[in-house]
Amino acid sequence: MSARKLIASWPVVRQLTGPDRLGLRQSAQSEWSATLESRTETADRVVPSICPYCAVGCAQRIYVKDEKVIQVEGDPDSPVSRGRLCPKGSATKQLVTGGQREYKVKYRRPGGADWEDLALDRAMDMIADRVIATRAATWDGPNRRTLGIASLGGATLDNEENYLMKKLYTALGAIQVENQARI
Amino acid sequence: MGSNMAECHPVGFQWVMEAKAAGARVIHVDPRFTRTSALADTFVALRAGSDIAFLGAIVNHILTNRREFREYVVAYTNASSIVGDDFRDTEDLDGLFSGWDPEEKAYDPSTWQYAGMPVAPSAGHREAAAQGEAHGHGAKLAAGEPATDPTLDDPRCVFQILKRHFARYTPELVEEVCGVPREQFLEVAEALCANSGRERTTAMCYAVGWTQHTVGAQYIRTAAIIQLLLGNMGRPGGGILALRGHASIQGSTDIPTLYNILPGYLPMPHAATHQTLADYIAANTAPGGFWGHTDAYVVSLLKAWWGDAATAENDWCYDYLPFITGDHSAYRTTLDMVDGKVKGYFVMGENPVVGSANGKLQRLALTKLDWMVVRDLVEIETASFWKDGPEIDSGELKTAEIATEVFFLPAAAHTEKDGSFTQTQRMLQWHTKAVEPQGDCRSELWFYWHLGRIIREKLGGSTDERDRPVLDLTWDYPLVDGDPAAATVLREINGVGPDGRTVSGYTALKADGSTRCGCWIYSGCYADEVNQTARRRPGHEQTHYALEWGWAWPANRRILYNRASADPSGKPWSERKKLIWWDEAEGKWTGEDVPDFVIDKPPDYAPVEGAKAEHALRGDEPFVMQTDGKGWLFAPSGLVDGPLPSHYEPHESPFTNPLYAQQANPARQMFRRKGNRYNDEDGKAYPFVMTTYRLTEHHTAGGMSRFLPHLAELQPEMFCEVSPALAAERGLVNGGWATISSARTAIEARVLVTDRVKPLTVQGRVLHQVGLPYHWGWKGLVTGDAANDLFALALDPNVHIQEVKAATCDIQPGRRPR
Repeated sequence: MSARKLIASWPVVRQLTGPDRLGLRQSAQSEWSATLESRTETADRVVPSICPYCAVGCAQRIYVKDEKVIQVEGDPDSPVSRGRLCPKGSATKQLVTGGQREYKVKYRRPGGADWEDLALDRAMDMIADRVIATRAATWDGPNRRTLGIASLGGATLDNEENYLMKKLYTALGAIQVENQARI
Repeated sequence: MGSNMAECHPVGFQWVMEAKAAGARVIHVDPRFTRTSALADTFVALRAGSDIAFLGAIVNHILTNRREFREYVVAYTNASSIVGDDFRDTEDLDGLFSGWDPEEKAYDPSTWQYAGMPVAPSAGHREAAAQGEAHGHGAKLAAGEPATDPTLDDPRCVFQILKRHFARYTPELVEEVCGVPREQFLEVAEALCANSGRERTTAMCYAVGWTQHTVGAQYIRTAAIIQLLLGNMGRPGGGILALRGHASIQGSTDIPTLYNILPGYLPMPHAATHQTLADYIAANTAPGGFWGHTDAYVVSLLKAWWGDAATAENDWCYDYLPFITGDHSAYRTTLDMVDGKVKGYFVMGENPVVGSANGKLQRLALTKLDWMVVRDLVEIETASFWKDGPEIDSGELKTAEIATEVFFLPAAAHTEKDGSFTQTQRMLQWHTKAVEPQGDCRSELWFYWHLGRIIREKLGGSTDERDRPVLDLTWDYPLVDGDPAAATVLREINGVGPDGRTVSGYTALKADGSTRCGCWIYSGCYADEVNQTARRRPGHEQTHYALEWGWAWPANRRILYNRASADPSGKPWSERKKLIWWDEAEGKWTGEDVPDFVIDKPPDYAPVEGAKAEHALRGDEPFVMQTDGKGWLFAPSGLVDGPLPSHYEPHESPFTNPLYAQQANPARQMFRRKGNRYNDEDGKAYPFVMTTYRLTEHHTAGGMSRFLPHLAELQPEMFCEVSPALAAERGLVNGGWATISSARTAIEARVLVTDRVKPLTVQGRVLHQVGLPYHWGWKGLVTGDAANDLFALALDPNVHIQEVKAATCDIQPGRRPR
């Protein structure tokens, strides 16, 4: 490196001679950090989303690379949130990719001491059988319903999901359908 | 009030800060000093559970000092309506309104009606007649014009009744009940009055600090009275804004996973009053306003659900709908579980053994089930109560003796599915699937569609009549990667017309079976075959109403009842506060928001004889969902615990009610039974008031936060907030342990001694309050006792919400007994 270049690489020189007089941007950047690239730059795609925590409804951008979520940022286009996310919203990547997540169905038989493995298809089939049997055993004909099957949840789910839940439960005659809005 | 917005809705709070920077005054009234208080211009500490006394005194201050926005009040509210001679106020009956039945412990609301109006039919079934919430969005009122006195002087008019009702709600009473010095109260009351009128508006924000009480609905009613008297409804910068705490808790009420309503706030049919479709429509149709089209909304819903099977001859399959017969809400259902009546339970993204009141009772309820399905991102406490719950720990329950069969199914995250959330301002926003869910993770859309598919296959050959609703259900959705396409579900919710294309909105719906619509208030969200909820035109390219970002129900209106932003003649009340106005040349309403009014109905429109629904409302009646088009200062129907709010003490309170002999809300729901002891049955003294709250870094019962390293590290431990005075009195040490107890149980928490919780002087003596965050349970990266275990089931009678924002407790140093 020439002496001239060496001197020009000193942050204080860059600060005094360049446009960044406060020394907060380029003039403070090292050669090493100049080579760094944000992972949002190399994402394969950016998918529009909404924060799943509270009901402010901050907009998110989901950065995907190799079919994995690699970053979640606030979306500055949103008139609601203007790109900001709170501590919970900022933890979204951990929420959706973290090691706490469960990926397998677990089954506990009556009186069982621990979980057992169960295939998803088998679980669905067993649940359907239980719904049918419980409904038949507890059917209240005059009121066209069963009080034997209840459900709780919905405030963290999508509108479309709540819609199918209510539609199916109502057709089955299950009326004790509730969610966090009551709590 | 009733909210800590800076910590619980931090990103929304940026707009409060913007307003403050622009000159707005921010007032925070709350039991605890929080970051919201720190950023406010004025902080008022009040006793938890005393808000109606505080707000009622503001009503009295407005009326006594003639500070109401007179023109607005006369034109747009029911202030001038004359109430029937038989009505008796709490002032007359020492805390009860007329119509109280001490046997039934319920009100007959017939004496609350306007004079000369036929009483709404109750058919002798009080429970159905007084079904609070079902009519809350379309309160019943018989047909006919009530007598009015526009001078507001008639002693039987609503305005004068209001004056008498709140006359004893004075600054002195506020001091006595709330522990707020009278000067401080007057400063707040005067600030609200000074900041309201033609040129200025005041907004009120609340959260569950207002709803989780045995008088929760009446808290909101008191705020509504203030905002109507001051002319702050339907205007920019006004309103009563609910700050909701879950991504789609608004949506899950609009498209309800709730027992008492169908999509769009249509009541669930009640066996007593809705035996036939004709009964149902007659009972739920209002003579005036948009609830005049209940027939179109319900027939379109039935057509959406049962398609070609629904015909005019079979009343559009109305008899496929089940009946409710009373309260089937979450807590009632918990008790029915304890009693062995409920066999199967689905829990979706919710953690009741931590997040619901009386956690132990919740856990005992689960032991009585035959089977339970839990779907969540992580293995929450509700999923594994049978092997690691506190009762297993204590030996009270034995795993081998718990017969509940449990299925835990891992859920897909929002990044792994398409769908819409409805945020707190009624705006639907679409989130797009980014990646495929891994392993067995699936969306609820997948789960319910496939569960329905399998059940339908298994019932395929059934000739049993009860299986027809399941087999005839419209259940054909195109699949995308195994998931039903969420956009097609949203399209069904929007509704389609006879041409098979999406309808433009709810005004296009018909009662003749030619339209199908899954939720009438959401109609328009897929207008022009475009998913309007997915619109993301950058905010900086739009006006600050941002009408092209997402889609707000109804009809993409951002401020409800915005006709009230203009005066009766259709001109804005002021240039500064203009929003929509009547354009005489164009012959229509116009402005910055979508007008919440019939677009071409002139301000001087008067209904012709026999006009129905919206046509029965005049051109200067802005509250178009109300049958009389008015904002209700006095609610002749719709509430089960009174037409006006009154201060009642919380179900558990260390004080007597200084206003009435009636101590607590007489209509509150109580369950005196094993496992739900109240503090008055315990024989012990519980001298302090406890209240629960949230932290920025955690989310409700913790399933989405306690298991995450970042958030767990930020808030690692359950604690309680106490004042230095209480700490000194009880020997509590900052950072040490305390045991907080009630008749239900005792929990332990780390002690945070802080000036943020100030002792208050109430009824001449010092009151200490204890603050309890409620996020912890026994699982996750950070664990702790669940605050909700301390609380009993004592509910608001309108909405069946538990009182966890004010109850009594004791606190002692040291860890709980083991």
